[in-house]
Amino acid sequence: MRFILDGETIELADVDPTATLLDHLRYTLRRTGTKEGCAEGDCGACTVLVGEPDPNGEAVAWRAVNACIQLLPMLDGKALLTVESLAQGEALTPLQACMAENGSSQCGFCTPGFVMSLYGRCIGAAGAALPVADVVAGNLCRCTGYGPILEAAETAVPVVRDDAALLARLHALGERAPDPIVPRTAEALADLLAEHPDACLVAGATDVGLWVTKELRTIETPIFIGEIADLRTIEEDADGVRIGAAVRYAEAHAVFARLHPDLGELTRRFAALQVRNAATIGGNIANGSPIGDGPPAFIALGAELTLRSKAGRRTIPLEAYFLDYRQQDLRPGEFVESLWIPRPGPDDLVHISKLTRRFDSDISAVCGAFKLTIQDGRITAARIAFGGMAATPRRARACETALTGAAFTRATIEAAAEALHGDYTPLTDVRGSSGYRLEAAGNLLRRLWHKAQGETVSVLDLEHAHG
Amino acid sequence: MADRAPRLPLPATRSRPHDSARLHVSGAAGYADDGPEPPGMLHLAFGQSAQAHAAMRAIDLSAVREAEGVIAVFTAADIPGANDVSPVAHDDRLLADGEVLCVGQAIFLVAATSRTAARKAARLGRIDYEARPALLSIADARAAASQIEPTQRMARGDAAAALVTAPHTLSGGFDLGGQDHFYLEGQVAVATPGEDGQLHVLSSTQHPSEVQHLIAHMLGRSSADVTVEVRRMGGAFGGKETQAALFAAAAALVTVKTGRPAKFCCDRDDDMVMTGKRHDFRIDYDVGFDAEGHLLALQLRLASRCGATVDLSPAINDRAMFHADNCYWLPAVEIVSERLKTHTVSATAFRGFGGPQGMIAIERVIDAVAHALERDPLEVRIANLYGPGRDTTPYGMTVTDNVAPGIIAKLRRDSRYDERRAAIEAFNASHTVLKKGIALTPVKFGISFTTTHLNQAGALVLVYADGSIQINHGGTEMGQGLYVKVAQIVADVFAVPLAQVRITATRTDKVPNTSATAASSGADLNGMAAFNAAMTIRDRLTAFLARSFACEDDAVAFTPDGVVAGAERMSFGQACRKAHIGRISLAATGYYATPDIAYDRAAHHGRPFYYFAYGAAVSEVAIDTLTGEHKVLAVDILHDVGRSLNPAIDLGQIEGGFLQGQGWLTTEELVFDAKGKLLTHSPATYKIPTASDRPRQLRIGLWDGENVEPTIHRSKAVGEPPFMLAISVFSALTAAVAATAPAQRDLPPLDAPATPEAILRAIAAHRAAA
Repeated sequence: MRFILDGETIELADVDPTATLLDHLRYTLRRTGTKEGCAEGDCGACTVLVGEPDPNGEAVAWRAVNACIQLLPMLDGKALLTVESLAQGEALTPLQACMAENGSSQCGFCTPGFVMSLYGRCIGAAGAALPVADVVAGNLCRCTGYGPILEAAETAVPVVRDDAALLARLHALGERAPDPIVPRTAEALADLLAEHPDACLVAGATDVGLWVTKELRTIETPIFIGEIADLRTIEEDADGVRIGAAVRYAEAHAVFARLHPDLGELTRRFAALQVRNAATIGGNIANGSPIGDGPPAFIALGAELTLRSKAGRRTIPLEAYFLDYRQQDLRPGEFVESLWIPRPGPDDLVHISKLTRRFDSDISAVCGAFKLTIQDGRITAARIAFGGMAATPRRARACETALTGAAFTRATIEAAAEALHGDYTPLTDVRGSSGYRLEAAGNLLRRLWHKAQGETVSVLDLEHAHG
Repeated sequence: MADRAPRLPLPATRSRPHDSARLHVSGAAGYADDGPEPPGMLHLAFGQSAQAHAAMRAIDLSAVREAEGVIAVFTAADIPGANDVSPVAHDDRLLADGEVLCVGQAIFLVAATSRTAARKAARLGRIDYEARPALLSIADARAAASQIEPTQRMARGDAAAALVTAPHTLSGGFDLGGQDHFYLEGQVAVATPGEDGQLHVLSSTQHPSEVQHLIAHMLGRSSADVTVEVRRMGGAFGGKETQAALFAAAAALVTVKTGRPAKFCCDRDDDMVMTGKRHDFRIDYDVGFDAEGHLLALQLRLASRCGATVDLSPAINDRAMFHADNCYWLPAVEIVSERLKTHTVSATAFRGFGGPQGMIAIERVIDAVAHALERDPLEVRIANLYGPGRDTTPYGMTVTDNVAPGIIAKLRRDSRYDERRAAIEAFNASHTVLKKGIALTPVKFGISFTTTHLNQAGALVLVYADGSIQINHGGTEMGQGLYVKVAQIVADVFAVPLAQVRITATRTDKVPNTSATAASSGADLNGMAAFNAAMTIRDRLTAFLARSFACEDDAVAFTPDGVVAGAERMSFGQACRKAHIGRISLAATGYYATPDIAYDRAAHHGRPFYYFAYGAAVSEVAIDTLTGEHKVLAVDILHDVGRSLNPAIDLGQIEGGFLQGQGWLTTEELVFDAKGKLLTHSPATYKIPTASDRPRQLRIGLWDGENVEPTIHRSKAVGEPPFMLAISVFSALTAAVAATAPAQRDLPPLDAPATPEAILRAIAAHRAAA
């Protein structure tokens, strides 16, 4: 495999497919500015920028990722920037100079990660248009209280990189020999999976990476699918959106926000930018998390999942894919190919809420998604799904029944909230008790009601109003 | 010597960036894991206990030894000297011997050719446990009367009798959670063998001297054989005061046993499981008061979960008692402090060191009293402040520097507290789903180690003949800006540019027998020690130059434009060169011991603190009554750092301390399962604040004043006190919950941390009681 670091092409043979980029940077290349804070993609101290030709092939598209859970084969054919790439000798970039002057660092350990996230923002990397606090939501600092860092970011000016030469080299690097564990087409993947039905598919490695760094598992037969072009397409029309399985969450953010603002907000709070820059829609569905965050929302919106194998394709309602805890309707040799999400209609009232201890970069205790079709004050159809309430993301059938055909009134909502008790018997776990989950789930329905009455229902909205 | 400090002219602008800031932002600052790895270096991991309390019948390590990359495996039997990594009580084992006392306790030590190999092998040990009853909670330990030391009592007057005669009384209590330090750099130690049995250990520690002494003792060697060094830590917050010793001792053991360099770079999840945290508390009170809210009687019970060993829990719980008055005069008070021993990881030092737990107790009492009387809690706070004739703490120390009333009055005005409180009442009357709350709470934090002998420090100043200067002292740099403050102090003594002073790593072979960099004391102690060292050299130079140029001593001056001696003017470098040729020593040690403090622990009486640092904060919050979510909307802080050594650094400490405190009381929840296993052992489940949790409006001002005591340049310590400004967030949240049933006069039973679940639970209970 080959990647370009500071103009130098690094070529590695016999790469351990589960070696992390972070370890390679720190202990082989001895670029120790990139730090290990957690080795699970949650602190951002290891943030680096990965570059690749943009979809038009006309510029280098950069994105911030956590090096700790990037497996080396995923870097094949890419460019890389680390904190050491920025300064020219003693001269700091203006961003770095500002951060050094204004107290953006105390212990300094998280600082290189912040520098890379914010430098990415300066050069227009993925997510650069987000508010600063979102750009650094995946960077934890325990010392400063963040004020100076946010201030430095707000005053930082855009940087225009001359990536022309790098782009040419990336194109050249792209014309490389086929790698048996890195298929380039969905068809090739189907063939490969037919031969190796037990293979482990690795897209963004935001989950598999932790199997390596935390569970210390050996991944016997990894197949890297992040580069399969025909799994990376987004087709949007008036009826809805078809998303390829290997589309990253960050890439889908805008189209999701166009489907519904709540889906955009859910995506903003889906992990943090470094993770959204790696994690894929297909991976989020395929791994079968009982929480998911994506799946409950997609199910409520009426999404359909297309699975593919060498034998062909089949399409099922997304909710039918989740059979039981970590058990999915995935046959040997099959993989998730794409997701179709219909666009809500003018009569559809959509509401999506995610409840966490911390607003940013946290996994839901409860994630609730609602689509009520309301015509002439009457609920003609209801699709409701929750994450965190059962062994899988699951529809709330009793609640839906209580709503369907009823007038859209406070009394109906109260009855439907009660009906949720018949839908779910949630567990008590690290993220919340059973009782809290049930109460909060019903209250999300009430929140929907209050919001429909024009009330401010989120403290986040209040914060925006406050200033 | 101390009183000479204020006489020095100081530069008008004292804000300077952190000395390592340019290295931080460029990734060039070196931490313990960043150095080149010498050939043959071994990587380490612990085999950990899976049980909270058990005897070990047998330990089968055959699979561990056979695992790929494993070079050696050690157990307690391999330790040549004392199997002890504890700070005080000799009860923390490097490797468990016979029994385990908490989940995660180290049982065996694997040395392998890579970190992954060591970690994988460490999971292959087969331990035959004989389970014993495990006490996991405060309630468990109370029921079993399991304590790390006898219950302590601090009292004045007859609180029980005063309760009987008080016009009003009420009782209450709440649970207060612990906190993981979550330093971004985990525990790291690198040991390298030297000649003739010597050992060098690079350790991410706040307490290099203790690490040195423990390693020497563990190896059966002398302290002189072991050198411990730390240039900087990637955060510590108290979590590397005693906890670093375990990892450093492990590295030292492997190096001595194998003759090879050894590194212990602890995985984050292992770190969170294995190392101690802030003590969680159960707090209960009975309070008597009059119609104006004056506290006439208080019985306060502070029970803490100390974990499996003593660690620093006695001093930490003492500090909780010392801060249970905060800024308030308590005429009849009894504070009872239970220090409970459980089969959980031993709780340890964390910014504030028990102070926050004691302080939030009294703030909670005041909130309850104000709520019962339907008064603004701020009025009740003001009514109870220390003042003339009512200025003695429950432990008998007179408060002579009370700036709390002034700080509160100014902050109340500047933050428009009254106006905003009225606006919030109107908001709450017109909103059903969201409710707001506001609170102003003060801080008074005692400065000094309450273990009196720790209040000493040493420094070494080396002036070279070219006028460049190296400084070294016993304090460690964990991001708090200690190094730059001390460098500024020394540069100012010689009136040279700061760049002329080279800061060097803290090493036990330069300054011996140091105290931990803790208790906010770093700059007070080490700054004064370095000042004294520099003054010794300056006095020698002065005498020499006066002699050389035939002038009086007071005709010699060190100025930014050079050294003046009578009619002569020369650069500082020229003066040093001249002095060297004149055979004048340009190196000196400096020493400082805090004066005037004395404390009788048996009676809990005396003057444990040299002075107090003060501050106050106003927090405005909103809660969601449907989900329990909350947001801190705006915070105003006014904080007292005396005459600041470096306002930029101090403001950073205030903001960072505040947000860390906010995290403690809101998002940071430690969850253990029924068998004593920590479930929140990673940042995926343990949530420290992110950038968006910082209040969007956060205004911080420095109180304009100076220390009444002759500290270095009349400054005040700043590391810990701002942490407790975040108590205002908790009080404001309590007020917001109270607004869900405004007529209900009992304080809502909100526990900390105020997670969405805790807030929703408090709302339900508050409404049910209405």
